[in-house]
Amino acid sequence: MSHKIVSKKQLSEDVFTAEIEAPLVARSRQPGQFVIISLNNDYAERIPLTIAGADPQKGTISLIWQRVGKTTAELAQLQPGDEIANVAGPLGNPTDIELFGTVVCVGGGIGLAPLLPIAEALKARGNTLISIVGARNKELLILEEDFTRISDELIITTDDGSYGRKALVTEPLKEICLRDPKPNQAFAIGPAIMMKFCCKVTKEFDVPTQVSLNTIMIDGTGMCGGCRIEYAGQPKFVCVDGPEFDGHKVNFDLMMKRLSAYQAMEKKEYERFKDGKCKIGLDQ
Amino acid sequence: MTENERQELLKELLAKQEAEELKPTDRYAIPPQAMPEQDPVVRAGNVNEVATGYTEAHARIEALRCLRCKNAPCVKGCPVQIRIRDFVVSIAEGKYKEALAIIKENSLLPAVCGRVCPQENQCQLTCTVGRKFKDPTKAVSIGRLERFVADLDQEAETIPQIAAETGKKVAIVGSGPGGIVAAADTRRAGHDVTLFEAFHKPGGVMVYGIPEFRLPKAIVQKEIDTLSKMGVKIVYNFIVGKTRTIQQLLNDDGFDAIYVGVGAGLPNFMRIEGESLVGVYSANEYLTRANLMKAYSYGSGADTPIARSEIVAVIGGGNVAMDSARTALRLGAEKVYLIYRRTEKEMPARIEEVHHAKEEGIEFRILQSPKRILGDENSHVRAIECLKFELGEPDDSGRRRPVPIEGSEFIIELDTVIMAIGNKPNPLISQTTPELEISKWGTIVVDEETMATSIPGVYAGGDIVSGAATVILAMGQGRIAAEGINQYLANQKQ
Repeated sequence: MSHKIVSKKQLSEDVFTAEIEAPLVARSRQPGQFVIISLNNDYAERIPLTIAGADPQKGTISLIWQRVGKTTAELAQLQPGDEIANVAGPLGNPTDIELFGTVVCVGGGIGLAPLLPIAEALKARGNTLISIVGARNKELLILEEDFTRISDELIITTDDGSYGRKALVTEPLKEICLRDPKPNQAFAIGPAIMMKFCCKVTKEFDVPTQVSLNTIMIDGTGMCGGCRIEYAGQPKFVCVDGPEFDGHKVNFDLMMKRLSAYQAMEKKEYERFKDGKCKIGLDQ
Repeated sequence: MTENERQELLKELLAKQEAEELKPTDRYAIPPQAMPEQDPVVRAGNVNEVATGYTEAHARIEALRCLRCKNAPCVKGCPVQIRIRDFVVSIAEGKYKEALAIIKENSLLPAVCGRVCPQENQCQLTCTVGRKFKDPTKAVSIGRLERFVADLDQEAETIPQIAAETGKKVAIVGSGPGGIVAAADTRRAGHDVTLFEAFHKPGGVMVYGIPEFRLPKAIVQKEIDTLSKMGVKIVYNFIVGKTRTIQQLLNDDGFDAIYVGVGAGLPNFMRIEGESLVGVYSANEYLTRANLMKAYSYGSGADTPIARSEIVAVIGGGNVAMDSARTALRLGAEKVYLIYRRTEKEMPARIEEVHHAKEEGIEFRILQSPKRILGDENSHVRAIECLKFELGEPDDSGRRRPVPIEGSEFIIELDTVIMAIGNKPNPLISQTTPELEISKWGTIVVDEETMATSIPGVYAGGDIVSGAATVILAMGQGRIAAEGINQYLANQKQ
């Protein structure tokens, strides 16, 4: 099966989106699920990417990813018409979309990509949707239009104040938790440290919070345990027990350490990849 | 013995054989033929096959050691009852094609089984010669002989004959040994067969688990290529239970029968403190990175990293533990410990693997087991705290139960721990197929005669039925299931 890229767009400096042919995945996919892709069968690694959207009629899925290393950079170089060798899924458990009442969805940076389909489904289910959309600066803020379209209340924050309110997402989150009545449920998706601190806030106010975790994965089907986290003191596999969990029970510190297990060597490989543009300057 | 000396000996023995002068005592006196192997120091630095294979002279001399017992106890020792005595005699006579044909009556994967079967617990255990010497490793080297004829056939392009198309569709879930043979046998009956594989490469544990230096991937690929040539469709990246469920395959996607051969891929962890620290791996993860994803070439042709270890401890005593330890060595570890809570006698690994691991310098620490895994300020493993054990009364497995010796704690400093303590069935199929009867251990319950499950048209075999076991058992069950499916579909027509 060939997974052709149907369309591709750059959303910000390092964030890209692409629509990819994957009819089997599109047909069975539900919000919250992800795929494992690899670019070729010779040397490529397997990486998990959230399914940002799916069109079962067209037989396509859309992915949003951040360029952080060799594989995501190689993916970013592909153009419509190019093929991705392997797309496996849909994996993970779908989000439990209930009628909670008032839901606050917090998305940080690239976390907005997995958050959007969940927020859409929550809204469609009949929940009142408060969205907190944050990024480090204006350039990195993605999906603003989509969140504006679906949210009953929208708060935009940037760390540097270049757009919206100058604040970390935890500030407006706390304010919302202080309201009477407080929200019935929270969802927080973004960098591990952002989810950690969001959970600290919501725990204080006893607002149940679901997070979606982005650990390293290899197979994605529960056979290796590479994605494991410590959850209420017990090991859980993000690929089959998650990717969503009760954020108040997740050991974020350990998860962050495990996420950086190969950081040094991967940084080196990414540098080599970037330099790999002709070493003797013929491409100048 | 040099190859020339071997040729001389063979000539001598063949002459005696001709003249019907080879008596049992003469056969016992024939020197057992050692398998040529890469030097341990050299091979610890490469992933090439360790055992390099018999020459013709090796094979025929070894085959002449067979007593040609009337009752052929070797056959009874084989899980699929291969006519072992007969194929061994054919090899002695130089009739290699004939020998292979005999094997292929019952086994479709001789190049694999000759390499990975635990012969010392099967055919070589019952072999009369081995019994005489009270040592299954001194039995006729049946596995090596099987490998010898199988390897001769590697270049051959023979495709089995396919019966007339029946129009019935069969789904094979999993491309491990069970799935491969079930696909071949159902395709031969003329059915339209699709093989679904969750990974991007086929072969199951033969490819992600067993290392290249024990089982070259090219051998497995050849079996897959044969299936394709037979007209079997292979779909990769298709996870039954997620991409489609069993019921959807049956009810919506037009499949008339299904074989479930998904294996036992859920890794066991000890559930001790520190098991999620950075640098602690399940053997499945470690081996999948190294074997399937070629992490041993990270940075020079592979993008999947693996720990750069100096001191490694592998916990366990089976083939997976040996594979993990020997892979760690080849990845550059200075020191590799193999820690096992019983003694070598109780280790389930093949004798050859234990022997090779020791030769390569892996340090066996028996009657020991980790109590806690200790980490540094970066949550990276830095040591394990172990306990010493002694053997007490036998447990359910019949082996003596290991009992911890109180107060015997001691520390081993290291940077990598690999848990190789067994695998259970992955619950994905059972969780997504509510009508499937599952045992309390998570295995699929089947009728032993046909391998039929509780759902009509759905059959299962291999590790998902038996728990983690061997390639030959999976293959045996796959063949029984295929026969069950073929019967079921033939009856359906009426």
